[in-house]
Amino acid sequence: MSSVDSVAVPSRGAALPPRRVGAKWLIGFILPLGLALAWETAVALKWADGRLLPTPSRVIGTLVGLARTGELTAHVLATLQRVALGFGFGVTAGTVLGAVSGYWTLARRLIDPMLQALRNIPSIAWVPMFILWFGIFETSKVILIAVGVFFPIYLSLSGAILGVDRKLVEVGRIFRFSHREMITRILLPATLPAYVISLRSGLGLGWMFVVAAEFMGAEEGLGFLLVDGQQTGRPAVILASITAFAVLGKITDWLLASVSARFLTWQDSFKAAE
Amino acid sequence: MLSISNVDKRYPNGLLALAGLDLAVAEGEILAIVGGSGCGKSTLLRLISGLDTPTAGTVGLEGTPVRAPRPEIGLVFQEPRLMPWLTIDQNVAFGIRHLPVVEQKARVSETLARVGLASHVGHWPRELSGGQAQRVALARALVGRPKVLLLDEPFSALDALTRSDLQDHLLELWAYDRPTMILVTHDIEEALVLADRVVVMQPDPGRVRVEVTPPLARPRDRLDTEFLEWKYRLLGELDHASRRKTGDETFPAVAI
Repeated sequence: MSSVDSVAVPSRGAALPPRRVGAKWLIGFILPLGLALAWETAVALKWADGRLLPTPSRVIGTLVGLARTGELTAHVLATLQRVALGFGFGVTAGTVLGAVSGYWTLARRLIDPMLQALRNIPSIAWVPMFILWFGIFETSKVILIAVGVFFPIYLSLSGAILGVDRKLVEVGRIFRFSHREMITRILLPATLPAYVISLRSGLGLGWMFVVAAEFMGAEEGLGFLLVDGQQTGRPAVILASITAFAVLGKITDWLLASVSARFLTWQDSFKAAE
Repeated sequence: MLSISNVDKRYPNGLLALAGLDLAVAEGEILAIVGGSGCGKSTLLRLISGLDTPTAGTVGLEGTPVRAPRPEIGLVFQEPRLMPWLTIDQNVAFGIRHLPVVEQKARVSETLARVGLASHVGHWPRELSGGQAQRVALARALVGRPKVLLLDEPFSALDALTRSDLQDHLLELWAYDRPTMILVTHDIEEALVLADRVVVMQPDPGRVRVEVTPPLARPRDRLDTEFLEWKYRLLGELDHASRRKTGDETFPAVAI
C-alpha cells in the first residue's frame, strides 16, 4: 500500500521518517527470545528435562546470584581487562605492520612471507611456549589474545592498501601529493571501511581467545567461571558465563560499529540506501 | 607552447606504444587526437600529463621538459575519479589545496557555478548522475586555472544526449580563460565539434597517420553538410588506420 512512499528517494537534508526505526532493531530479538521461551515452556510442561540444558530462568537466576555476591563483576572486569589489553596490543601491531607492508614493497617482501607462515599456526598451539616464556599469569594471556587479534588486522589492512584503486592514486599524483598527503588524503580514507571490518573481526577473535587464555589457568574471569562450572558439574554456571560472553561481545562490537559508522557515512553501499 | 619531439614509449613488457612521435600545440589551441584502441593515444596523454615518462624523446611545456605532473597541466580522466569520501566541493578543492581556505571556498563555488552545480555543495559523489560527476571532475581540473587541459575520452561513458550537452559545455568553459586543450577520443564527431585540429593516429607502433585542420565555422553544427563530409573523411582514415593493425591488408579480419 505504501509502495510509492518507500520508492520515493528522500531529498538531501530532509529527515528520514522516524517511524519503525525501533521496530527494525527489535526484530533481532524475536528469534533468541522465542527459542528461550519455547525451552522454558517445554521444561515447565515436563516435555523435556532441564538438567543438562538449564532453562533461561535458571541461567538468569544464576547470573543474578553471581551479581549479588559481586563475583560476576569481578569476573567480567578481569576478562574485559584482558580483552582490552590484548586487543590494544594486537591492533597496534597489526596496524603498524599492515600499513608498512601495504605501503612499502621492500618491507612487504621482508615481513609478509614470515607472517603468512606464522598465521597458519593455530594460535592455541603457542600456549605452552607462551606459558614457558611469559609465565602463567596475565602476560601470557594478553599476548595470546594479541596474537589472535593481530592477524586479521594485519592481513586486511595490508591487503586494503594494496587494493586501493590506482585510478584514485593517479588523481593524487596529478595534484602532486606528497607521500604524506597521499597517505592521509587517499590511502587512509580508502582503506578505512576494510580496516573497520578487520577491527570488528579482530575483536571477535579477541573474545574467542580470552576463553582459551583463561582455560590456561586463571583465578578469575568468565573463562574461569566456565571451567569452574564444568568441574563442579553446574551447567547453569556454564551457560551463565556463555551468556555473559555473548552480551559483552555484542555490546563491544556494537560500540565499535557505531563509533566507526560516523566516519563512513560517505559509503555507497546498498545499506546506505536503507 | 607544448612540443612533443621524437617521443618513443616502450612499456616494460616490451610493447612499443609510441614511436618517433612529433607534435606541436599552440597556445589556446584545441587539439583532438583520435584513433582506435591500442594506437597509443591515451599513452600520449599520460606522457604530456607527466604521469608517465617517455622512453626516448622529450615532452616540453614552454621550453621546459615535463617529467612529472605540473600545476599548469590539468587532466580529466575517462571516469570522474572523485573521492567517494569527500563532498563535491571538497573534491573540487583538491586542485587548490595550497591556497588559503577562504580563497579555496570562493574559487570552488565559482567553478562549481560555472559547471552548473552550484546547488550541489555538500553533496556526496554517490548522489550524482554520470554527467554531473564528470562536470565535477571538469571543475576539479579547471579550478587551478591550468594553462593546458588534457582530456582522456572524458565523455565516452555517457549517453549520447548528455555527451553532446557536455561537449557544448566544455567549449563554454574553454572560453573563460582559453587554456590549451588536448582531447583524446575515439569519437570523430566529438573531435570535429570541439577541435581546431584533428590528429588521426594508427597503431603498431603508435604514430600519427594524418593531421587535418577542418575549416568549419563555429559553433559547429553536427548536421551541417560540410561537417558530415569531414566526419566521413576522417572515419575513412580511422578505418584504414585500424585495419593496418591486423598487419595484413589482403586479409581483413572477417568474422563468420
